[in-house]
Amino acid sequence: MRRYEVVFVLAPRLSEEEVKQAVETFSGAAEEKGATVLNIDEVGKRRLAYPIKKFNEGIYVVLLLEEEAGAAVAELERRFRVTDTVIRFLTIRIDQHLKRADKFKDRREARKARRALAREAKPAEPRPAAATEE
Amino acid sequence: MARRRKYCKFCADKVDYIDYKDIKTLSQYTPERAKVLPRRISGVCAPHQRKLTMAIKRARHLALLPFAGD
Repeated sequence: MRRYEVVFVLAPRLSEEEVKQAVETFSGAAEEKGATVLNIDEVGKRRLAYPIKKFNEGIYVVLLLEEEAGAAVAELERRFRVTDTVIRFLTIRIDQHLKRADKFKDRREARKARRALAREAKPAEPRPAAATEE
Repeated sequence: MARRRKYCKFCADKVDYIDYKDIKTLSQYTPERAKVLPRRISGVCAPHQRKLTMAIKRARHLALLPFAGD
């Protein structure tokens, strides 16, 4: 299962309902293609660091999806490119990052545990724990 | 020119993922002119610097951070 984080920015002149509608359309499209929408975060209007399409503000929305192999993401991107109200978008694959982050965390915990155990051992110098762990 | 002694703040805080959305942290590594701080100034370690740079560039793409500033 791949996890993706999709961020898109909408033109600031949209009304509340238009924004809701757009978010519905996009998340619906993703689900149609077999993705599970894990979270939707409507961050709201923000100042842009530089003008995009002459706008100085934008409405940011973040989608978290999970699916097998990217059909939904491809569809979403296709739609983003076509839709005029979407002025920026970015898709990121995060399952690898999360996996790696977890791996580091696990390694660290394991190292800590090993050291704690070694300390409890009597003055006889314990062999450096050759515990092979993945 | 601050010559930070040794340590990488990310390593110290044990951060594993540098989020491009976290512009508060990101902007600490982008001084005026919106450039990315070099490692010898910020003291960041190599793997974190790479992640940091990528996060900054993503943030710039999404107009969360500027490309050039004043």
